[in-house]
Amino acid sequence: MNNLLKPNQATPVCDTDKMELVSKGSLSKFDMNEILNCMHCGFCLPACPTYRQMGMEFASPRGRIALMKGVAKEELAVDAEFEHHMNLCLGCRACETACPAGVPYGSLVETAREMVEDQKRDSAKPSVMKTVVFDKLFKNPQRFKQLGTALWAAQSVGLQTLADKTGLIKVLPRPMAEMQKAVDKIASPIARKKREPVMKSGQANALKIGFFSGCIMDVMFFETNQATASLLQKAGCDVLFVQEQVCCGALHAHAGEKDGAIELAKRNIEAFEQAEVDFIVNNAGGCGSALKEYHHWFHDQPEWQQRAMNFVAKMRDANELLAELPPLTFSKRIEAKVTYQDSCHLAHGQGVRNQPRQLIQRIPGVEYIEMNDADSCCGSAGIYNITNYEMSMDILDDKMKQVEQTKAHYIVTTNPGCLLQMKNGIIRAGLQGKMEAMHVMDLLARAL
Amino acid sequence: MITQELKDQLVSIVGTRFYLDSNNERYAYSYDATPLYQSMPDAVIVPGTTEEVAQILKLANEYRIPIIPRGSGTNLAGGTVPVEGGIVLHLSRFNQIYEIDRENFTATLGPGVVTSELHQAVEAQGLFYPPDPGSMHISTMGGNMAQCAGGMRGLKYGVTKDYIMGLEYVLPSGEILRCGGKNVKDVAGYDMTRLMVGSEGTLGIITEMTVKLLPLPETKRTLIAYYSNLLDAARTVEKTITSKIIPATMEFMDQATMRVVDDFVKLGLPLEMKSMLLIEQDGTEQEVDRDIEQIAEIARAQGAKIVEVAQTPQEGERLMVARRSALAALSRLRPTTILEDATVPRSKLAEIVEEIERIADKYQLQMCTFGHAGDGNLHPTCMTDERDTEEIKRVEQAFEEIFLAAIRMGGTITGEHGVGMAKMDYLGLKVGEAGLDLMKRLKAAFDPNGIMNPGKMFANSDRRRVVVKQ
Repeated sequence: MNNLLKPNQATPVCDTDKMELVSKGSLSKFDMNEILNCMHCGFCLPACPTYRQMGMEFASPRGRIALMKGVAKEELAVDAEFEHHMNLCLGCRACETACPAGVPYGSLVETAREMVEDQKRDSAKPSVMKTVVFDKLFKNPQRFKQLGTALWAAQSVGLQTLADKTGLIKVLPRPMAEMQKAVDKIASPIARKKREPVMKSGQANALKIGFFSGCIMDVMFFETNQATASLLQKAGCDVLFVQEQVCCGALHAHAGEKDGAIELAKRNIEAFEQAEVDFIVNNAGGCGSALKEYHHWFHDQPEWQQRAMNFVAKMRDANELLAELPPLTFSKRIEAKVTYQDSCHLAHGQGVRNQPRQLIQRIPGVEYIEMNDADSCCGSAGIYNITNYEMSMDILDDKMKQVEQTKAHYIVTTNPGCLLQMKNGIIRAGLQGKMEAMHVMDLLARAL
Repeated sequence: MITQELKDQLVSIVGTRFYLDSNNERYAYSYDATPLYQSMPDAVIVPGTTEEVAQILKLANEYRIPIIPRGSGTNLAGGTVPVEGGIVLHLSRFNQIYEIDRENFTATLGPGVVTSELHQAVEAQGLFYPPDPGSMHISTMGGNMAQCAGGMRGLKYGVTKDYIMGLEYVLPSGEILRCGGKNVKDVAGYDMTRLMVGSEGTLGIITEMTVKLLPLPETKRTLIAYYSNLLDAARTVEKTITSKIIPATMEFMDQATMRVVDDFVKLGLPLEMKSMLLIEQDGTEQEVDRDIEQIAEIARAQGAKIVEVAQTPQEGERLMVARRSALAALSRLRPTTILEDATVPRSKLAEIVEEIERIADKYQLQMCTFGHAGDGNLHPTCMTDERDTEEIKRVEQAFEEIFLAAIRMGGTITGEHGVGMAKMDYLGLKVGEAGLDLMKRLKAAFDPNGIMNPGKMFANSDRRRVVVKQ
């Protein structure tokens, strides 16, 4: 309270003496220039899904940046309340598209969360969930494969049906219970073992693609990865599954676990350097956005920054590359109405909007219908639908009203989180049997 | 200060969910879109009904707690900064359009309705609400009303005050009053509606409003003209109007603004040009085609180097987006962007733009000028850094000179943003000492205890005031 600017201080002009021309850095990790670039015009307000739900300033990007400024000026503490407001943000970055001043909101909110985590590390233990998920699971690709096998086994013996029937599902935390209903049957260990490490196009001078398969993506949506690789192969590329790759680190960075994120980034940079590829390609908007921002993670390590820049220069989303390559020849028709839900990190993070729409419309028979607010977040947002379940479902239910209006047979998206959320949305809206959620690569592969 | 006892009473009116007073919550309501102004409220209350507003005001009046009404907080005059603490009354829950009356051409709505949402709702029925402030996708109708927002269509259609027909409002005493209504003609007593519009929350709280609608124009077309100097652009504006053509919009941008906007919206503007005019006409197809052709001729005759007519409505819309983004796009240049709205009679357009350039040069400041050329309402915008106190001082001096120049040319200190805190030292320049005194007495009649948005509109008496000699 002492540090808060008080009313009646005869300071209608805010106290500038606390803000130095160069940010201090010791107490606050924020770049003051970037915070001041926000002129609080409010253009971001209508673009923000949480502001649209709540109508409160502190649930908006402008409000969150103001709170960060408060922390930077030492007028607010990095406390539980600040953490709550920073974590209510989906990180969808729709505000960056709306912001005329070019404020890098995504990196500001990551810094804010990093400060929250730093503070917690100093004062107490980090949450068990975070330790298990971020340290044990994501940093270890072998564990992911084990998890995949366990999931497959559970699905195979009908545990899912059993859980549904016995009411076991009621014992699970609600977000988990609801989400697991939406999960497709995952690939068997045998099917996964059959993957060939290199898929040759058979063409001379073929582009050499290093495929970034992702961790969640490769377990939950193994077939989508295979489909993507086939499409690239068909388009004349040699596709290489780089074995030494690990998780991209996006979820770590979003959650303020910057050290963990950097460690993963280094391993990926090394792995793809050794593979000597022309392009690095992935099909998950969220991961792609992080992979394309690796160079921002190494400001204080020039050598790594250069290596990161080389990595980033090769990085492409599968939609981006396929739209540039000679058009695929499709042998099948898909007579269906198709609509597209942007992945926030593909649209707002990477600026890839037209390419997936173009690719969908090239499929013979497809009637493409553009959805209202297609580039507004579905509420999935990484692990947001577990950490902020209620808000996530409110946003999803609003999104499904727009989806329903399109009367589409397929709702297509480009990111595993969005795909799961859409599958869940179809169940919540009672649209099973009428509509199917699908990754754009799977839809394209179906028409090959 | 809000005591625990008072807090309990306020919570019992709105419920805990809508009474907010944690540090972060209060901090998020300590500013609006105006640079440099920030101050903490004691609480933020989000009432849901007129009755709740009345009860809150009555209590605040009894305990002498300032009340600051607020919509989306996009105003540019510091009008919603709680400079003396107190309660920010956030009216976002009054966001319903109650009625669109197709016989009387009116809409009745809550003050929390977002301006562009009203546009969409009435346009779906072939009707038209013309005021279109730059922040229309964010700002609320209550905020537009309180500040008497303008916009790009001011020249032909007027501003917010020309469209507010009736109000429901609450006085600090807790009385709920109504004024005006759906009657086109209504001279029963003083025009309280006009008084409330633009009163910046200093008199009472608006809880419902009835606005006038027009038939939606059939079509519109956009024309762009580029000039190698300022004077030719200004002369085009003058000549168009003296030819008895009133375009819906005549927007001006100088070279510096064009550069920044182009960088943001990527329109491929000819950046070697010194200024540009963006002209839009609406009406029937025939009228629009005839007017646009004639304006194109006038522009060429006045020395426009390039004249382009947007071929599709989408193309026109995209150019308008460019102009709408001007203010915020300018903020890319430097950390702090201060925008003013000095206004002059149309005939003085070139003169004031040149004067602004001279003043910017004198104080060695980076200024861009854009704005509503058709109504003489310009936005000289200064790119600076709030941490550089020495430069901020020069900015203040420069703007003071600009205000004085505007007044000298028969203009005003603010065309559409309002006085708020940003211009309260200069209000006397425009209305005179006796005018100020009468305004203060009017306020006292509404708000004898001075709880309604205190510290706005009128400078504290001991502050220096500029006296202009005509």
